[in-house]
Amino acid sequence: MQWNMFVSLHAFTLYSSKRYMREYLHPDKIAKLEVIANDLRESVIDMLMRAGSGHTAGPLGMADIFAVLYFHALRHDPKNPEWSDRDRLILSNGHICPILYAAMAHSGYFPVEELKTLRKLGSRLQGHPHREWLPGVETTSGPLGEGISQAVGMALAERMDHGRQSDKFFYCITGDGELEEGQNWEAIMLAGKEKIHNLIVIVDRNNIQIDGFTEDVMPLEALGAKWAAFNWHVQEIDGHNLEDINGAIHAAKAIFNQPSVIIAHTIPGKGIDFMSRRFEWHGNPPGKGPVDVVPKEAQGEEALRELRTLRGRITSELD
Amino acid sequence: MNLVPINPKIYDPKVEKFPIRKGYGDGLLSIGETDHRIVALSADLVESTYTHHFAKKFPERFIQNGIAEQSMASVASGMAAMGKIPFMASYAMFSPGRNWEQIRTSICYNFTNVKIVGSHAGVTVGPDGGSHQALEDIALTRVLPRMMVIVPCDHIEARKATIAAAGYEGPVYIRLCRENTAVVTAEETPFELGKAQCFFASPQPVVGIIAIGALVYEAMVAAKQLEEEGIPVKVLNMPTVKPLDEEAVLELAKEVKAIVTVEEHQKKGGLGGAVAEYLSAAHPTKLAYVGMNDEFGQSGEPMELVKYFHLDSTGIIAAVKDVLKS
Repeated sequence: MQWNMFVSLHAFTLYSSKRYMREYLHPDKIAKLEVIANDLRESVIDMLMRAGSGHTAGPLGMADIFAVLYFHALRHDPKNPEWSDRDRLILSNGHICPILYAAMAHSGYFPVEELKTLRKLGSRLQGHPHREWLPGVETTSGPLGEGISQAVGMALAERMDHGRQSDKFFYCITGDGELEEGQNWEAIMLAGKEKIHNLIVIVDRNNIQIDGFTEDVMPLEALGAKWAAFNWHVQEIDGHNLEDINGAIHAAKAIFNQPSVIIAHTIPGKGIDFMSRRFEWHGNPPGKGPVDVVPKEAQGEEALRELRTLRGRITSELD
Repeated sequence: MNLVPINPKIYDPKVEKFPIRKGYGDGLLSIGETDHRIVALSADLVESTYTHHFAKKFPERFIQNGIAEQSMASVASGMAAMGKIPFMASYAMFSPGRNWEQIRTSICYNFTNVKIVGSHAGVTVGPDGGSHQALEDIALTRVLPRMMVIVPCDHIEARKATIAAAGYEGPVYIRLCRENTAVVTAEETPFELGKAQCFFASPQPVVGIIAIGALVYEAMVAAKQLEEEGIPVKVLNMPTVKPLDEEAVLELAKEVKAIVTVEEHQKKGGLGGAVAEYLSAAHPTKLAYVGMNDEFGQSGEPMELVKYFHLDSTGIIAAVKDVLKS
């Protein structure tokens, strides 16, 4: 009891979730991003139904963050994926690549139609992303815990070439369960030591992993305090609030003497009620998930129906 | 295959000796001066991997990772993705030993231009004992698609190999040894990636020896003695274990009755394995292997261990005689 109190107090004193001036997002832009996020979710479900395998909950939970990144925050040019001044987005938890592919296709890297080829022989959309197969994918990932190191390496190389004035940003997306891999903490230590200002890690804090809830499999808390102890600037946000996501990214960019982590609290399976918050949907596609709510054969269609209904709700709220 | 010029003083009892790893340090410094894309990484072993000369001269191009070989491999991969040519050095036991999967995924599968330098390979590590004597690293790296594997035989060849690796686009593993090693080659000895060289050739040889690393010197000593005993020998140095110089191996196999491979590595999976895999299909040849017999090393003086595990010239001679008798 006392120890728990100490941990939470300690966590509080190590870093406080300061509120920074939020970059203004016009309500029209927010409405657009909401529609985009929903489109991405639909694409994710459609891709996974066709593929017959893959991860569902994580990609759905990260749709809002990918919408903000690919349609607002990232400096990139989908028609010129090799543009040298682009920001880099490293997806460490490669298994959520359906959402990466959906965001890339919808933002113009390749035809949306190609999403149907996910996990098929010869497809550029490999089951876990591969740099050489698909232009615009910055690294090959899948085996967990290697993304932060790579983003750190990229940022260090950038510093060697352009000094600390560089305004190129290196984003790394990681899962939360993934942080159980020791390699992450080696990289987190190095980034803190090197005070890499243009490195922004976004942790998908959805609390699930294959074998269950993260805090049952291997407790991660006090997660923010851990990063802070390694000399990182820490923010915790609602990973579905588009203004919060955008604001946190801008706040992170303003930090100069530390790398930044944004712990984004997300709901796995967000957008589809029967998938939400359930670790059974971590590694299964629609049609192969738990059958207690929706029978297997109806899972895909039911998910799409829910998403389409949700879009209706958002539109009516705006009216 | 013709004889190439080597150190004329190789059979001098006072032959010069230098650690093979020193050649890496010299090579790194020399390419670092001409190519600004060269960067170096270390995991708390700057001096013993001979990275210190580069680190001192180009501190802005050197990254000290701390004792974190797994992350170092991926950090190097990230640097390569931005156009750098990273050389990451540690002990072979830890890199590619500990970080094999990171090397596979973020370097080979991702196809980034990273050079992995594993020092302190083999039993010549000496007193540190079996925990630190990497005897499996050639096998580990050889199976990785896209990986080139180089095992220089002395510090001159290590310098040339380092420079050549920098000019090659793709992952390379360079295996180095700790102990002072007799200088086998000379400045004028040719070095080309993927090419074997003939260091010793009796007329009408009956046996071929293919050797790598610090044991090339032992093979040369063995060859001279065998020739004196009336057994004509041909010795190939095979600095690039992968891709194997198949043409040279085939030519040798057609010329001799048997081939003996010599390496400071497990007999399984290393140079011997590579030669056997190739010849068993291309030109079945009687083979014998000098190497570690599915066992770990132990503490002792380097040469004491080389002798103990029958990796020295006496062990090589015995293997040659056995294979000719069989």
